[in-house]
Amino acid sequence: MSRSAAPADSQSTSARTGTSPRIVVAKQSNVLVITALDDAAARVGLAIGQPLANARAICPGIEVFDADETADAKTLNGIADWCDRFTPLVALDPPHGLLLDITGCTHLFGGEAALMKSLCGTLARQGFDVSAAIASTPACARALTRHVHGCIVAPGEEAEAVAPLPVFTLGADDAITRGLRRAGLKTIGDVAARGRHEIAARFGSAFTALLEQVLGQGDAPINPRKPLPDYIVEKRFAEPIATDGTIAMTLASLARMLIATMEKQGKGARQLEASFFRTDGAVRVIAVQTGRPVTKGEIIDRLFRERLDALADPLDPGFGFDLVRLSAVRTEFVVQEQRDLDAHVRDNDEIAALIDRIAARIGSHRVGVHLPLDTHTPERAVLSLPAQQHLVAAMLAEWPSRTEDEPPLRPLRMFARPEPIKVALAEVPDKPPRRFTWRQAIHTVVRAEGPERIAMEWWKTQAMMPTRDYFRVEDETGLRFWLYRDGLYDEAVDENDLDTEPKWFVHGLFA
Amino acid sequence: MSGAHTRTLAGLRDDIARIEANGPSGMLGRTALGHAEADAVLQGGLARGALHEVFAEGRHSAAAAGFIAGLAHRVSADRPLLWVRQDFAAVECGALSMSGWRELGLDPRRLVMVHAPDVESALRTTADALACDALGAVVMEIWGETRLLDLVASRRLTLAARASGVTALLLRVAAAPLSSTAETRWTVRPARSPPRPEWQAWGAPVLETQLVRNRHGLTGHWFMEWKCDECLFRDVSFHRGATHPQSVAAAPADRPDHPRVVALSRAG
Repeated sequence: MSRSAAPADSQSTSARTGTSPRIVVAKQSNVLVITALDDAAARVGLAIGQPLANARAICPGIEVFDADETADAKTLNGIADWCDRFTPLVALDPPHGLLLDITGCTHLFGGEAALMKSLCGTLARQGFDVSAAIASTPACARALTRHVHGCIVAPGEEAEAVAPLPVFTLGADDAITRGLRRAGLKTIGDVAARGRHEIAARFGSAFTALLEQVLGQGDAPINPRKPLPDYIVEKRFAEPIATDGTIAMTLASLARMLIATMEKQGKGARQLEASFFRTDGAVRVIAVQTGRPVTKGEIIDRLFRERLDALADPLDPGFGFDLVRLSAVRTEFVVQEQRDLDAHVRDNDEIAALIDRIAARIGSHRVGVHLPLDTHTPERAVLSLPAQQHLVAAMLAEWPSRTEDEPPLRPLRMFARPEPIKVALAEVPDKPPRRFTWRQAIHTVVRAEGPERIAMEWWKTQAMMPTRDYFRVEDETGLRFWLYRDGLYDEAVDENDLDTEPKWFVHGLFA
Repeated sequence: MSGAHTRTLAGLRDDIARIEANGPSGMLGRTALGHAEADAVLQGGLARGALHEVFAEGRHSAAAAGFIAGLAHRVSADRPLLWVRQDFAAVECGALSMSGWRELGLDPRRLVMVHAPDVESALRTTADALACDALGAVVMEIWGETRLLDLVASRRLTLAARASGVTALLLRVAAAPLSSTAETRWTVRPARSPPRPEWQAWGAPVLETQLVRNRHGLTGHWFMEWKCDECLFRDVSFHRGATHPQSVAAAPADRPDHPRVVALSRAG
């Protein structure tokens, strides 16, 4: 049975004495309406949904703030990050609710009541107005938070618990809530007492399903923000830790614990996350990936050290971390190989480990291997992929073999964007230039071979790309270029307009 | 001489013997390049587990890259190769193309490419990679002058290479040589293809290589051709005679010491 806790954080801060009422307004269908208010505003009779004009008429001295939904979402996400310390399954319930699946977690915090007290207490100290409830279904807990704070409903008692609640706490559409009221159904208990078929006929089956969930008769899963990691190990500190040495030691011992847990099931980690929970609520998550399953604590430790060293914005302990968690987000079964006999296997392991270390420091996309593609377009003939994921595929790839006794037909160095050249000397049609200027230097062509005509893949691209005529040319100093002319000569030159010249490019340089 | 002194002296002699045994000439394996004269000067070939520097003459590094690719292939002997390049080098000189790599007779499957954002991370990655003895060679490609590649850095690379037996190859473009602990230093520029009729195959990598520094032997100046099918360097004989218009006969001493390249200021 899942136990869900739903703290609903009111965006308004708790009441201050001696200040004017404050409200937050947002535009809804061209009218500024109240979206949040504080206790003082509620006392003078303002309510969520009232237009701002009415509010000003009721209480001229109110302070008005514009709603900032992005900031609200960010704050809610921050709180959700912090709630990760209680359970890995945290779901957002916008605009200002959170759902926590605390099944099986409560004993770590001394029971359900103690968990709720600790959670709400910390949030309240930060100035949030919290209303929380624990129940067997998320819908039930959510309904309870809308009415009263601090309910803990034992399994099986949902129906009694929600019976006295007003119908708006169901959280159905305004039209349905109004319809229920008009029908004289004031509380959830009233609605539950009616036959289901009557309710379904009047308000639809979706509402019936919601009602059943609130009554604890049907369950709907929550939608956690992050997938559940395969393995989690963590350390809590009564005295927050802040020094680099302690953090490194903590990570090392967590890595050993994680490996010990995974080893029993023959698993190795492919993706790891270290979460640092600061005492002031901020959470920093640092992830590393590996090319093959890691089964050694020292390797995990080393990868994190590389990663932490290379961080652009270093880990800021502030007043210290009171919880450090290491989770294996993705794991794989480890294939046991005969390591001592086969040196080749060991070599591949070493290289994979090296690639992991480099990738942890400068980024996975910066370590590449290459795969051939079956295309004539020179710039697309090779696919560069991250080495961490594709090392094995690249080592087994089938490359086209070169022609014997031929000089290299493709340049060793190729420009990502072909560089335009100025062809100074007019040339015979379909022949390479005699002299050209590239990067402010004049090159006289001594030898040339071509054209090698390469048609662009018109079936792949939307834009019509001109056919290219490629030439291998050598200048008087021995520099060997790969030049091409965009388009066929006849296409490129307009007979009537003598100013048009074919465009030439340097695409690469031969060794 | 007292007994204590004799013992001290004997101890020092032992130390020296040990240092010399660890020295590059003592234990390094060598790989022949295929070019007979160069191999003779290098006493059997290029030393493995050492640092070698290749400077590209002029602004273009294709010839030097081809030379270093050949060296890496020779020394790595079927082991994987790590090529660490600075991002700017790819912008300026073009990125290494695997189609061209294949055309040189080399195997793209054994190449792992690292795109380092700057010299510092390239240097660190190279030093890290040199500790991994599963690799055959590590190539570091750096564009332009930098203060980071000083004597300390090259000493570090040399020691790492010696400890693991992995060969370190350093490709420098648009830079003047500084003092370093490299085993050899080469200057490479492209040379013209042999004079043959137009319809015959031309355009194989012909390089003018100059061994400007050799810690354990003589220096030299050769024209080499990379044989794509056999994967080795060969002598190109035609460049010796008077038939060639270039001033091939120029002794190394006549050359300006440091081929200075002034970096153009780039817009943006």
